[in-house]
Amino acid sequence: MKKNLKFNAIWLLIAIAGWILINVLEGVGIIDQFAENTLVLIGINIILATGLNLIIGFSGQFSLGHAGFMALGAYAAALVTQAIPTPGGFVIGMVAGMILAGVVALIIGMPTLRLKGDYLAIATMGAAEIIRIIIVNLKITNGPAGLYGLPQLANWSLVYVLVVVTTIFTVNFIHSRNGRAVMSVREDEIAAESMGINTTKFKVAAFVFGGMTAAIGGALHASYIQTIAPNDFGIMQSINILIIVVMGGIGSITGTFAAAILLGILDMVMQSFGALRMVLYSLALILIMIFRPKGLFGTWEFSVKRLFNRKKKAKEGA
Amino acid sequence: MQILQQLINGLSLGSIYALLALGYTMVYGIIKLINFAHGDVYMLGAFWGYYMINQFHVGFWTALIVSMIFCAIVGVVIEFLAYRPLRNSPRIVVLITAIGVSFLLENGMSYLFSSSPRDFPQAMQMVRYHFWGISISNIQILILVTSIVLMILLQLIIKRTRMGKAMRAVSVDPEAAKLIGINVNHTISFTFALGSALAGAAGVMIGLYYNSIDPLMGMTPGIKAFVAAVLGGIGLIPGAALGGFVIGIVETIVQALGFSAFRDAAVYAILIIILIIRPAGILGKVTREKV
Repeated sequence: MKKNLKFNAIWLLIAIAGWILINVLEGVGIIDQFAENTLVLIGINIILATGLNLIIGFSGQFSLGHAGFMALGAYAAALVTQAIPTPGGFVIGMVAGMILAGVVALIIGMPTLRLKGDYLAIATMGAAEIIRIIIVNLKITNGPAGLYGLPQLANWSLVYVLVVVTTIFTVNFIHSRNGRAVMSVREDEIAAESMGINTTKFKVAAFVFGGMTAAIGGALHASYIQTIAPNDFGIMQSINILIIVVMGGIGSITGTFAAAILLGILDMVMQSFGALRMVLYSLALILIMIFRPKGLFGTWEFSVKRLFNRKKKAKEGA
Repeated sequence: MQILQQLINGLSLGSIYALLALGYTMVYGIIKLINFAHGDVYMLGAFWGYYMINQFHVGFWTALIVSMIFCAIVGVVIEFLAYRPLRNSPRIVVLITAIGVSFLLENGMSYLFSSSPRDFPQAMQMVRYHFWGISISNIQILILVTSIVLMILLQLIIKRTRMGKAMRAVSVDPEAAKLIGINVNHTISFTFALGSALAGAAGVMIGLYYNSIDPLMGMTPGIKAFVAAVLGGIGLIPGAALGGFVIGIVETIVQALGFSAFRDAAVYAILIIILIIRPAGILGKVTREKV
């Protein structure tokens, strides 16, 4: 713990430096309202994709239902902030959404995580669709029209802080004893089981953890965009998050960041292409997959620790 | 009588799902890929049929057959350009590529031909027959009979021809199939051609049935058909047919009971329940994992 403290502190410094940098750029006027919008969307996508990467990349379970948990977080935050339009209300709503998503993930995960591969994918997709259809038919969620005119309580600073917090939590979880157990399930479920690892428990744990981070992303989405409708959380949204994970490299958090940023910028640049935008986007997707099938970073991870150790070794060598 | 009427409606809708599910299941059986672009091939089939009937004033049957050939070519080209370079990549990468192809077809068609729905020409006069209190249209009969004939043809191709034998061999073990001299790439192309031809037929028939086509029409039926394939046991031809009919019937019955808002939810709920009880689908065999 103490050993990692130093590196966690360095990461914190990097994060603070990033925050200051963006603030300065905004003050100078390089980042305008439009670019800030893109930054926030990138941040939300990072939160969503990091959680999904934990499920797909680290526990090896193929989930296609991430948007369902995102919807739970978004609607919980929206409903609470409508009643209590203060930052405190947002926190209550987000936490409520996280708890709700966690419980629902537990209920869905327990039976379905026994399934493997594509069967699991289709079962989670079905579960997310059921969540969406229930939201469409509830009175409190205002049916297919959704909720609008929500108070805007999320700004880019909050998104930035939450990106940092969820990433630190996720990465530390992966590097913990439990995280190694989760990864052993990915590598070989039978071998892991024979080593005495309760595979079901760790699969469900990763699934619940991922679902809860999705709820954070959803809450931020609702509060920043100020309008949510059930159709925002359909299969397409799950697939969009999946694309970020696969494009960055399955099992690489660094890759998830890079892909979310790349896709966010691509999206911003191509706004001016109008209808051609989606055509170019899909072509880019196909070409990246064909020429870099491992994703941008494969399973490579940027690590301050490794950088330090290498320096130390170089010193010792000299 | 009401139940029988819903059964007939469900069967004709289900046969469309079944035709699509067959394409999914064959492709999955042979390269373990969820071909997300399959629903869009079905859309292309409908559009090609529309084009043939409007521009060349051909009859329904000609349009059907020409669309099937067109879709077969499209399927082979998609496989050749997008999936073949990724033959040895992780499956999830091929899956994302398939999603990319699906986006490309949907958005490309929206870009070129606008995304607004258009009327499918009435290539055949609709006639309704009434007997014993049931109403059935000639188009419903046509869909049902054509689908069943196509399914029987498919079964014959797979069980009785050399190519069918090669398909079965490749789906069991591609490496071993290669060793005994089967051209794996040709076999996979042939599988795509067969599956896409069925999707094309389904597209033209749904155009005739619903009278309306648009570039995004393949999305929902595509996902439903995949659910059907999983429900029946993916990789199994009879399973896909059964799954398609089950989903069609469930949908129409839920709708008839007045829960049309929950129509899709019911389909997914049944899927999840069946997968939990029988993890390999209705007809699938549960294989024990050997260590």
